[in-house]
Amino acid sequence: MDYYLQILTNVGIFITLTLSLNLINGYCGQFSLGHAGFWGVGAYASAVYGVYFALPIDPALNMAIALSIGFVAAALCGLLIGIPCLRLKGDYLAIATIGFSEILRIIIMNTESIGGPRGFTNIPRWSNSWWVWGIALAVTLFMLNLKRSAHGRAIISIREDEIAAETMGVNLFRYKLFSFIVGAGIAGMAGSLVAHDQQFLHPNNFSFMWSVCILVMVILGGQGSVSGSIVGAVILTILPEILKLIGSNVSTWRVSIYAALMIILMLTRPQGIFGPHELFEKKRLKGVA
Amino acid sequence: MTQNTIYFFWDCLQYLINGIAQGSLYAIVALGYTMVYGIIRLVNFAHGEFLMLGAFCGYFALKFHLPMPVAIIASMLGAGIVALIVERMIYRPIRNEGRIPALITAIGASLFFQYTGQLVFGADPKTVPPVFKEVLYTFGEVNVSNIQVFIFGLTLLILLFLWWLTHYTKIGVAMRATSFNLKAAELMGINTNKIIAFTFFLGASLAGLAGILMGYTMSVEPMMGMSLGLKAFVAAVVGGIGVIPGAALGGFILGIAENMVAGLYKSSFRDGVSFFILIIILLIKPSGILGKNVKEKV
Repeated sequence: MDYYLQILTNVGIFITLTLSLNLINGYCGQFSLGHAGFWGVGAYASAVYGVYFALPIDPALNMAIALSIGFVAAALCGLLIGIPCLRLKGDYLAIATIGFSEILRIIIMNTESIGGPRGFTNIPRWSNSWWVWGIALAVTLFMLNLKRSAHGRAIISIREDEIAAETMGVNLFRYKLFSFIVGAGIAGMAGSLVAHDQQFLHPNNFSFMWSVCILVMVILGGQGSVSGSIVGAVILTILPEILKLIGSNVSTWRVSIYAALMIILMLTRPQGIFGPHELFEKKRLKGVA
Repeated sequence: MTQNTIYFFWDCLQYLINGIAQGSLYAIVALGYTMVYGIIRLVNFAHGEFLMLGAFCGYFALKFHLPMPVAIIASMLGAGIVALIVERMIYRPIRNEGRIPALITAIGASLFFQYTGQLVFGADPKTVPPVFKEVLYTFGEVNVSNIQVFIFGLTLLILLFLWWLTHYTKIGVAMRATSFNLKAAELMGINTNKIIAFTFFLGASLAGLAGILMGYTMSVEPMMGMSLGLKAFVAAVVGGIGVIPGAALGGFILGIAENMVAGLYKSSFRDGVSFFILIIILLIKPSGILGKNVKEKV
């Protein structure tokens, strides 16, 4: 039973992460490849709170504080990284974000007080699947509402055509930075959930490989689609477990299968399962959508 | 000057020499990146994996007691042929889909080769049987090995060869034309598909060469392409992506900086340095040291 509960928790965490990357990659069209870095910053920041500064209060209150610390820490990193990086475009931005997330990981690796290369242990267990799924639900509702709001439309217009958006009076830098910071912050919250759920953190859990994994989830579902992100996260978190059931031989091929899936998806349906659309969407007039 | 200061300078000189030798390898790999990027504006993430596959070809050739030149040719050809297949099967169909799908495909190809390589070859590092006898030349307090000299000389030779190729041969001129404007080159009767395939082959065979040299000085393993590929890409961006001398310059800068930091400060910061330099360069001059600024047109 615990095993299934763990999978369920992981699904919730990955839904949160995928939605947060979807805000940056899908809504705003900024190709970020360093999402695991923000995830890691949030996880480590809230774990530092849990280990060194925990208040003697109810675990639920402590978890709420840890979540906000995770959010703020990752959002601050997003701000620091976003201000210089968002001047870059496309593949340059992708490389700069890889660079920053690797630097963050190396800094964590070299800090002895948070475990360094041995990993950070003895984190209090405050989180449970209720927290995970509550956050996932809240983020889903936020993303759905954002997509329909004026701010969301401004962000999406940046993805569609930057120059046209700027001409229409959208403050490019402000909205890019907004999506970057909020995306990073939500990833930080997911990190804090992981930290207080697994009670152990290792810098290699937040490597480039994981940024790619989250990215694949977003792309599989469809960039810019909330339902797509959820479906992508669910499929790609459960798929390895199903492969494990089929046979250990198959599950060793997991990443190869992922990679092949990624290539085939790009060759046959580059917009992902849903494209930019949602599962339940009101039919719009022709020419307006 | 005290004795300590003198030793400090000798140490610096030693790190500089090691850095140049390592930077040469980065430069060779970065050349492939920069040529492919220059011609189709694709960051070929799988370039490091071409390097790894080339290194394995060379490793098996040496395992079968073939001489070193044959092993080098085997690794170059092996990497080149894999690159041709990947280009034909994956990159060519997706070329017109835009840059982000192509980038994702490249990441997919890279992961595929890494993890499939781990399953096929085994994840453990393999030592290449020694063929050269390593000779150390000592100047004062500094050691230079014959392999370092060989690698550095080879890099200069490759640079000269590429300069000759791009300026004095028909295919080189066609390559430059294609990278300048693909559509216009096509209208001028250049078979751009052939030119792009040739560029991939050339870049990957250089990667294969770097792979066997790298494997010879360290070891051969399926994940070797990952960090080396990323760093070579950083080198290409630092020097100015799409510019051939820029790739070499970036490679040398990175190699020297890494060895200096690892030697003088802390070796665990070695990997951070290259990314730090990258970010500084991207902030000051995103087109790289030798790159040209391109204005965006509406």
